Amino acid sequence: MSIVIPEPKQVAAMSEIKNPVIEASKLGLTFQTNDGPVQALANVDLTIGKGEFVSFIGPSGCGKTTLLRVIADLEKPTSGNILVNGMSAEKAREARAYGYVFQAAALFPWRTIAGNVALPLEIMGISKAEQAERIKRTLDLVNLSGFEKKYPWQLSGGMQQRASIARALAFDADLLLMDEPFGALDEIVRDHLNEQLLELWGRTEKTICFVTHSIPEAVYLSTRIVVMSPRPGRVTDIIESTLPRERPLDIRETPEFLAIAARVRDGLRAGHSYED
Amino acid sequence: MDRLRDKIVPVTTLLAILVVAWYAFAVILNAPFQRDLDRRAGETPGTVEFIGKTLTQAKPTLPSPDQVATNFFENTFLRKITSNRSLIYHSWVTLSSTLLGFAFGTVLGIVIAVGIVHVTTLDRSLMPWIIASQTIPILAIAPMIIVVLAAVGITGLIPKALISTYLSFFPVAVGMVKGLRSPELMHLDLMHTYNASPSQTFWKLRMPASVPFLFTSMKVAVAASLVGAIVGELPTGAVAGIGAKLLAAAYYSQSIDMWSALVAGSVVAALLVVAVGIVGRFVERSMGGRPA
Repeated sequence: MSIVIPEPKQVAAMSEIKNPVIEASKLGLTFQTNDGPVQALANVDLTIGKGEFVSFIGPSGCGKTTLLRVIADLEKPTSGNILVNGMSAEKAREARAYGYVFQAAALFPWRTIAGNVALPLEIMGISKAEQAERIKRTLDLVNLSGFEKKYPWQLSGGMQQRASIARALAFDADLLLMDEPFGALDEIVRDHLNEQLLELWGRTEKTICFVTHSIPEAVYLSTRIVVMSPRPGRVTDIIESTLPRERPLDIRETPEFLAIAARVRDGLRAGHSYED
Repeated sequence: MDRLRDKIVPVTTLLAILVVAWYAFAVILNAPFQRDLDRRAGETPGTVEFIGKTLTQAKPTLPSPDQVATNFFENTFLRKITSNRSLIYHSWVTLSSTLLGFAFGTVLGIVIAVGIVHVTTLDRSLMPWIIASQTIPILAIAPMIIVVLAAVGITGLIPKALISTYLSFFPVAVGMVKGLRSPELMHLDLMHTYNASPSQTFWKLRMPASVPFLFTSMKVAVAASLVGAIVGELPTGAVAGIGAKLLAAAYYSQSIDMWSALVAGSVVAALLVVAVGIVGRFVERSMGGRPA
């Protein structure tokens, strides 16, 4: 089997992006495993501008989570370059450039909700008074006011994930990296959180990178959708969303929405190699 | 009702079976000596009278439960607690060195675990030695500890406590290594995204995550401490303590005294384990633990 790595289709469009937050060029990451090397990422070129909401979608093994972890400096690339806020990913992490939301809420069970939101603030040495103010503000933002003194186990899964988003927002990083944050939740809760996330994005003007395996979620949320494909993990298509920024939930029944979703589905079908 | 059905009934049933078996064995084991006595006295008692006699010997091979209970009651509640015959007095002597040794052992265990988790060299070099230390019979090493420490002028409570330490640091060290390594990868990644320093990761993540492991291993350690304190009293010529009491009773074949000292030791052990459990539950509750 020979793999033809397609050239990124939107090189021209990318150079137009102003205020780039993330710039990846020829990015590659190969894991050494017992079964030999595995190419998790190959030749990824991508630029994400300030204020964008970019989704990464693809079948499992396509490297979407790995790409997010490279941006977060949780993995080191083995080739190519990555710049976050114009500096290396490591420097950006050290400067606390981003908030990261994991697949699970990953709250500390021995801390209250307020205590969990305070965790990054304590680590960053922010004063107690400032902490209290930020905890209040971010819990307001995710509609969790009044739950400050509750422990994680006393909250539903959706509320826990909202608390973890509040924790990622608490230290005012302009970049939010979210790795399938709603993957473990049921569809009703998920719809609700998607709506809230869009609203939050609109209010805070943050840049959001969002990994998902749900086509409707990606189309509903994003200004751009990056379609990825496995073996080796690579970007096969980048789709600009033509939807307006204001998106009520029922936008998902409009022909425009369905057309974008169809294009994403086509991109996934063209890229993936389930037949082998 | 649930508590009655789930706990009290099974425990009392088992206890009743044990007591019955104990009486049976007391009769069987004391019978040869009783037959001997009767033969010499030229008596031929009936079965019931014979059984009664086997259960009331002054120095029986196996004292009956009621003999032990009576002795335990008298020596616990009817003696002045400053008396040399009071079990409370002996228990207190043993308890004080148990607690001191347990405190040393817990601190030592935690320090060793922190070292193993954070320093790769210690991780590779220390664990085999720690395990080897526990394979040495404590009865062999206890007199040496006492003698060596006496030579450098340390006598009294501390040498005994150190024997407790020797036994109790091990479960704490093993439990804490596991506890400090228990945080999920996701939590460690989270701390990494905050660019947290190793000491922040330790105090805010590893330490709180290890608390349940700490209390589980402390329960084992406190019982081991008591064993250490009792064993420490045996070869050292101690005049007070449960170990000393056991040894003296064994010398003079006062089997009833021996058994009641054993009971005293078990009661102290049970109280210690329960106390650690209560403190553990209290701490876990204050750390937001879900009430069971």
